[in-house]
Amino acid sequence: MNGPLGGGHGDDDGRDEMRGAPRIPGPRSAADDLDAPARPLFGPAAPEPELPPRTGGGTLGGPGGGSSGGPGRVERPSHSVLKSLLGAWALSACSTEETAAVEEHLGDCAPCAEEALRLRDAVALLHTDRDLDLDPLLRFRVLENCLGRRPARIPVPTWANPYDAETARLDALLRDIGESEWHAPVRLKWFEGERQVSRRTTVAGVIGHLMTVDGLVAGALGLDDPLGPAAPAIPTERTQAFWRGAEEPPTRTIREPWRDQSHTLVRTVSFAGRGVAELSVSYGDFALPLRDSLLDRAFECWIHAGDIADAVDYPYEPPSGSHLHRMIDLAARLLPAALADRRRAGLAGPARQLVAAGAPGRSLHLEVEGSGGGNWYIALDSPAAVGSADRAVAQVALEGVEFCRLVAGHISPEEAAAGQDGDREAIRDVLFAAASLSRL
Amino acid sequence: MAKDTAPRWDRKMQQRLSRGEAAALGELYDRFASLVHMLAHRVLDDDQAADQVTREVFGYIWEHPDAYDPKQGSMRSWVARVTNSQAVSRLRQTEAAALADSGEGTTEELEQKVRRAAVAARADYIVTSMPAPLRAALELAYFQRRDYRQTAADLGVTEDEARRRLRLGLQLLSTANTRPLEGSSPPGYGRSL
Repeated sequence: MNGPLGGGHGDDDGRDEMRGAPRIPGPRSAADDLDAPARPLFGPAAPEPELPPRTGGGTLGGPGGGSSGGPGRVERPSHSVLKSLLGAWALSACSTEETAAVEEHLGDCAPCAEEALRLRDAVALLHTDRDLDLDPLLRFRVLENCLGRRPARIPVPTWANPYDAETARLDALLRDIGESEWHAPVRLKWFEGERQVSRRTTVAGVIGHLMTVDGLVAGALGLDDPLGPAAPAIPTERTQAFWRGAEEPPTRTIREPWRDQSHTLVRTVSFAGRGVAELSVSYGDFALPLRDSLLDRAFECWIHAGDIADAVDYPYEPPSGSHLHRMIDLAARLLPAALADRRRAGLAGPARQLVAAGAPGRSLHLEVEGSGGGNWYIALDSPAAVGSADRAVAQVALEGVEFCRLVAGHISPEEAAAGQDGDREAIRDVLFAAASLSRL
Repeated sequence: MAKDTAPRWDRKMQQRLSRGEAAALGELYDRFASLVHMLAHRVLDDDQAADQVTREVFGYIWEHPDAYDPKQGSMRSWVARVTNSQAVSRLRQTEAAALADSGEGTTEELEQKVRRAAVAARADYIVTSMPAPLRAALELAYFQRRDYRQTAADLGVTEDEARRRLRLGLQLLSTANTRPLEGSSPPGYGRSL
């Protein structure tokens, strides 16, 4: 691409903008003089420039410059050297001597004078302010408006919306962070047995973690696994395999494959037809139907985006209320089985009253407040029982984001519940079971 | 960024949009929303108005993906043109309404303001699209106030090369001033609205 050399016209508007331009070097009020062809840009009123001794060759100014010309040889720098300086001159990025030499030249050379004016006008078009972060809700509103104007022939299934929205939000955060921030340390926290554990990685390492676990879903859909065909099925092992396998610590280049994969997942489930929602996604020791699996991935994406945002000191909001509600609902549905697991491991109290499968059993009333909240009844004695308001023996009340942080292993069961009432053991077991849903 | 000029991505995106694939719309938004919003904001200097233009631009593209002609350039440049013309016509409307209300100012002043806003937005687009080495040189010399020798050292290039990049970068930028105004009759936009 070539600049339109000589193609510019010194139009009237340009003059206005030039006067408002920041950092215009030198006493250049005489732009009007341009109207006189081939006459000095700087009228007689301009102070006489002080030129350096003209002994150098083509080089200007700098100490020791001009060695190529040889002593006694001339003079002022050539037209082509001065011309090459015009950009730097317009940006006030040359030495005083060079500035003076350029300005003297502009008085003699109409083409250079014209270009100089044009480039200086261009400098006025540079802006210091950076683009602002977009409101994440804007994406939702824009897409909603589009789909209202022209319904999609191939829609994104509603159960994939949280994943679509959360990956887009994280991607927007990643776009805004600087090169070095990709290496900012991040401590990933989760819960094992009775206590919180953690592991240190970087922002890029977190994205690698998200990508490798998303790869489980990709594999279930028949897409390429980012870890290759022989990759382990358990999420933690996958992440460790990825971290171990990397020859060098991951960098910002991880963003594109992560994003490509998440886009491909959304696209693939859009085309796959209704039955795909129930497709089983294996996590090694358990499995989830695809609709829940993708919701779980949306949850992880948000939680880790929060970890990243903390690490680089950016604000990050929770998901929209309706998406948050679905995430809480998934956790509530997983709680009875998690509780049974802990019971088998001797970490929770024994079952009190077993009932027939599908019958209402002893329950804990989980009341989640705030955006995305609601009421859930968690069956205490068996995953086969149905949670029931009538058979509630205890109640726990907490705020939606707090509950999610508990499920993510980011806060401990002891510090989680704001309000508790009823059977102490049931409360303790359910809160610990919630924390045990977390993993690397 | 490199992908933005890849005609393959552009053509495929156009096909997917034509087919009515909602996932493609999401990807289109993810790629261009910040550009669209930034350009609209530069013209209108108002967050809500820029949101509104963003909504209109994507609505238009989703309804008329075939208005894009890959032979005319990248999808990115087309999206920028659509945005500029939407934002400029909105600015003209609001300014004309304000003029009618208050009676202060003249039509010439209005046109001048509209023109300046359009030029500023075009300049922003040029900066975001110019080759990275040129942008990096301008960034150092203008925003960080480095002289061209320091710029050369920072970039690890010769002083000649630094001068060349600064000059070329400004030459590209200056085309924002000299190209005809697109707001009135943009290619590929006005015809099917």
